Amino acid sequence: MEKDQNNILDEVTNSEYKYGFFTDIEMDTAPVGLNEDTVRYISAKKNEPEWLLEFRLSAYRNWLTLTEPSWAHIHHPPIKYQDIIYYAAPKRKKELKSLDEVDPELIETFKKLGISLEEQKKLSGVAVDAVIDSVSVKTTFTDTLSKYGVIFCSFSDAVQNHPDLVKQYMGSVVPSNDNYFAALNSAVFSDGSFCYIPKGVRCPVELSTYFRINAANTGQFERTLIVADEGAYVSYMEGCTAPMRDENQLHAAIVEIVAMKDAEVKYSTVQNWYPGNKKGEGGIYNFVTKRGICKGSHSKISWTQVETGSAITWKYPSVVLMGDNSVGEFYSVAVTNNFQQADTGSKMIHIGRNTKSTIISKGISAGQSNNSYRGLVKVIKRAENSRNFSQCDSLLLGDKCGAHTYPYIKAENHSSIVEHEATTSKISDDQLFYCKQRGISTESAIGLIVNGYAKEVLQHLPMEFAVEAQKLLAISLEGSVG
Amino acid sequence: MLSIRNLKVSIKGKEILKGINLEVKAGEVHAIMGPNGTGKSTLAYVIAGREGYEVSEGEIIFKGRNILELSAEERACEGMFLGFQYPVEIPGVSITNFLRTAINEQRKYRGLDPVPATEFLARMEEKKQLLELQEKLASRSVNEGFSGGEKKKNEIFQMAMLEPSLAILDETDSGLDIDALRIVATGVNKLRRPDNATIVITHYQRLLEYIIPDVVHVLFDGRIVKSGGKDLALQLEEKGYEWIRNES
Repeated sequence: MEKDQNNILDEVTNSEYKYGFFTDIEMDTAPVGLNEDTVRYISAKKNEPEWLLEFRLSAYRNWLTLTEPSWAHIHHPPIKYQDIIYYAAPKRKKELKSLDEVDPELIETFKKLGISLEEQKKLSGVAVDAVIDSVSVKTTFTDTLSKYGVIFCSFSDAVQNHPDLVKQYMGSVVPSNDNYFAALNSAVFSDGSFCYIPKGVRCPVELSTYFRINAANTGQFERTLIVADEGAYVSYMEGCTAPMRDENQLHAAIVEIVAMKDAEVKYSTVQNWYPGNKKGEGGIYNFVTKRGICKGSHSKISWTQVETGSAITWKYPSVVLMGDNSVGEFYSVAVTNNFQQADTGSKMIHIGRNTKSTIISKGISAGQSNNSYRGLVKVIKRAENSRNFSQCDSLLLGDKCGAHTYPYIKAENHSSIVEHEATTSKISDDQLFYCKQRGISTESAIGLIVNGYAKEVLQHLPMEFAVEAQKLLAISLEGSVG
Repeated sequence: MLSIRNLKVSIKGKEILKGINLEVKAGEVHAIMGPNGTGKSTLAYVIAGREGYEVSEGEIIFKGRNILELSAEERACEGMFLGFQYPVEIPGVSITNFLRTAINEQRKYRGLDPVPATEFLARMEEKKQLLELQEKLASRSVNEGFSGGEKKKNEIFQMAMLEPSLAILDETDSGLDIDALRIVATGVNKLRRPDNATIVITHYQRLLEYIIPDVVHVLFDGRIVKSGGKDLALQLEEKGYEWIRNES
């Protein structure tokens, strides 16, 4: 822990995007553009059953009828969907049984990212399903997990080995026609993670997936499905970095979570994709649909996210509180610097009785960026005695950035209580001088103050992530004041 | 330790300090007294390197070096400490984290490795006992929700932790009850060493019953108009600032 704290300080002095390197691995790619043949190509490549191809094709046809949403507070040049390569996978020459068999270049990439699979395996007790460009290369800890009956594998493997579970739950939380980007994902998703925790099992390790966008002009369309059966518990972590690129890269993922009776799912994200340069050129376009459903009574889904990357973030992790007494939580820190744009928040849909939801959103804007909170709290008539508490704070650094809050509240009964609090603040000169007078540099002082501001959210992250997140916050705001 | 020569400072064109001369040697405690609005806090801020002040003339020599070109954090790393009159709140940042960051940044400046966690915690405990602090300071956020007295005690605690060569305490006594006043004074006295120095800025004579200064200066209208031994403070208390006003 101490070493980590020191590393934070050290890394604050390295200003350029740290993960901007590119791995040269032989690729197997689909032709440029999107049509029914592309969808069939992907499905065939992955040796999918007929029903999944049908799912994809129907999503594709739906997508053709939809239009890009325009309500978000973001601006970007039109995305040329026909210029994108929809499938790229490292060529797999043979089955991999140990790390020795993994492409050394790939191992090198992980090392640069500080994610040595070996170390992860030995030291931290974290099972890693590493996704590089669409196809899972290596899954660890599967044996340990299988002892508990936990299934944790790539989405493709799940399709092959657990088709019934996939068929039952895929699209049950985010239907393929839910929105423009969800439809696109449903048509062309490449790979992702699948996780099933059987009844009464408390998953013994934190599950994590590292995504990485790697091939030029290749959109990434991951799909994650997590199902926690009755009384099950799982903590799932997702962290991402991407190499530096000049052209914008589209990213449209779907995450679906199902929590049955008494189940609990904790989903944590640290998102650090390439945000573009200081002039606002390049960077990832991140249009994600994340939603969970508390299907059974007394179930709980908790989203925690730290968003520091991407040129554009469009993301509203939501919870549908269907079961009585179910609980939904959303804890978010979103940082925007330079020309980044974030439109993010949450949706809490109260359907069951005595349901409870909490939204804590901390936006931090610097440079000429725009940071918007957008949230919906909906309590339907039968969701009696439900409660929501929302707190949306904005912290501004400098005077060229913007912070916006768009809360939508719909309460349809009288026994429920919905509360919304919002504040906007700045880092004061007094605070900065106080820190500097103690010998703390401006950069470190901002890191310190911002981390203090975001503490309420960061404390919900698993330890390994909390440290990384603290570093990220400091790094993301370098050069934003002074 | 500190040598200020003919220091002239203005804020937004208005001259506040009109030629300050001050000589502080290692091992000494100096008191700077004076009525409100005579430039006491300005002097403290300028020595500490706060931005927004125009130094038109003069120099500040700290440990043999003109520090006017140094940033506030560099001056701190050189061993200067300012106890604030109004310590600012930093929500969510624990005192432990804050102090460790400060100490490690200062160590880095001096080319030292970060302080090991156990050593740091031991030092926290030692200084707490030295200052007879009962509060569970470590886990609280810096000054957040602190009473006036707690804030001032926290300043002295930070001073004890950072072990500066020169500490400037700006109105550290204002708004304190006798108990807090005693702790602040005890801290200053206990931390006093032959190789460090303290400048106590105060409006009242009261603090000087607990901290015995070697030299007392009276600051009036941007100038030090009178300097003397500890008796000067008593005279001031007796005769009031009117006495100085009439003399100057």
